[in-house]
Amino acid sequence: MKSESAVQVRGLVKRYGPKTAVDGLDLCVRTGTVTAVLGPNGAGKTTTVETCEGYRRPDAGTVRVLGLDPVADAEKLRPRIGVMLQSGGVYSGARADEMLRHMAKLHAHPLDVDALIERLGLGSCGRTAYRRLSGGQQQRLALAMAVVGRPELVFLDEPTAGLDPQARRSTWDLVRELRSDGVSVVLTTHFMDEAEELADDVAVIDAGKVIAQGSPETLCRGGAENTLRFTGPPGLDIGSLLKALPDGTEAAEILPGAYRISGDVNPELLATVTSWCAQHGVMPSGISVERHTLEDVFLELTGKELRA
Amino acid sequence: MSAGTYTPRPGAAPLGRMITAQTALETRMLLRNGEQLLLTVIIPTLLLVLFSAVDIVDTGAGESVDFLTPGILALAVMSTAFTGQAIATGFERRYGVLKRLGASPLPRWALMTAKTLAVLVTEVLQVVLLTVIAFALGWSPHGNPFAVMLLLLLGTAAFSGLGLLMAGTLKAEATLAAANLVFLLLLVGGGVVVPLDKFPDAAQSVLGLLPIAALSDGLREVLQHGASMPWGDLGILAVWAVLGLGAAAKFFRWE
Repeated sequence: MKSESAVQVRGLVKRYGPKTAVDGLDLCVRTGTVTAVLGPNGAGKTTTVETCEGYRRPDAGTVRVLGLDPVADAEKLRPRIGVMLQSGGVYSGARADEMLRHMAKLHAHPLDVDALIERLGLGSCGRTAYRRLSGGQQQRLALAMAVVGRPELVFLDEPTAGLDPQARRSTWDLVRELRSDGVSVVLTTHFMDEAEELADDVAVIDAGKVIAQGSPETLCRGGAENTLRFTGPPGLDIGSLLKALPDGTEAAEILPGAYRISGDVNPELLATVTSWCAQHGVMPSGISVERHTLEDVFLELTGKELRA
Repeated sequence: MSAGTYTPRPGAAPLGRMITAQTALETRMLLRNGEQLLLTVIIPTLLLVLFSAVDIVDTGAGESVDFLTPGILALAVMSTAFTGQAIATGFERRYGVLKRLGASPLPRWALMTAKTLAVLVTEVLQVVLLTVIAFALGWSPHGNPFAVMLLLLLGTAAFSGLGLLMAGTLKAEATLAAANLVFLLLLVGGGVVVPLDKFPDAAQSVLGLLPIAALSDGLREVLQHGASMPWGDLGILAVWAVLGLGAAAKFFRWE
């Protein structure tokens, strides 16, 4: 019996004393996709993921992971998921390969450990104890431990926090390989570009609630539109330009000689603007297209910066 | 790694294999740690050799090694089952090792079983080493080996319960400090190297109820005096084991 959704969370509430960490959260992860849970620190990302992993008991709401209750069916669920904690999880005196081999032994059909060590560049760790590994090496080991058991679903809690750009790329590649091999992935992040690069679906969360969910493209289109800017002689006939543009597009001279066009900025629109300029003998300069990013979406939805 | 490498094929390893692997890892971690070796091997060995060779404490009639060896064996059990286990488990909890293993296919009871087996393996190594040294120093043990085994096992259960209770409730640094302090206090006041009858009468009756005193006294009754089964000491250890393991099971926090 194959379930359509790998994770189904409805109305999740989790309180720590008087503080409500998660406040009526809904989340759906489709099987075989990558879902990014995006939000600032303290938004409730880790609490949500750890509830799915069976570490926390919900105060209200239902959580189903691979069709199972993460607390009541823990013994059945755990062999089927891979978990990367935000930090730690390894004996301070253990070596990277030793810990990874150990995790492999706890599974029935693990990956080839040597190949995985090479794939993640952990071969250079040699005989160094975990506590003396660099932050990046510790992160990569935690990632390897999450996938070594060939899980159906992996939870990665901030998998690239503290990684250098090259290691970050390599982690992204691995996530893509997991998806193309049919593994469902849930990752938390506060990096917009990570969510845009990797995720089929993004759940934007703030103050314990999902405030927007959808593909990165949908989310970026859903908010304010994209913008095209150019400079030219002051006092151009905006009314005539607007007639040439599709309905719903806005144009304005925001400063003398500085023009802004907002709407669905696509190649056709750009061509329309430049040909209108040609017809009117105008040489536009400084043409720029600003794509709306998840960063803008977040700012619009919450009125605050993501990394604040 | 080629396409299809990560195609899901989940499953837990057979329980026996998981417990064996976990026991082997836990034992390696115990034996690799320098501070742990100081507690479990070097201190008991030094005390045995030093106090047997030099008349520092009046150990009563007979060879001092015959008095000291049972006490040192009790100390070895305490150092591994209580002090070592408390410190190691406290830091495993602090660094999320227990948490991470909690999301693995290894059930919690199997993790605790593996920890217990690792303690027992370490104790066997300690007992072999200390016995060899004691024989070299002229030790001549008596008594019922079955009673000795029972005392060591009950002592291990009692100390494990107390060690895990500490590791599962206090901060790792507090556990480190407290476990070392308790080790030192019980070493001095638990009849390990200093006979309990050197203390005032009132103190003796209280100290005699400590698990370390019951274990060293029980071992001494058998190994030095040839008693068949020291029921009083076994009873004290059993009560400590039930209380300690019960409290640990109730109050232990995994994160």
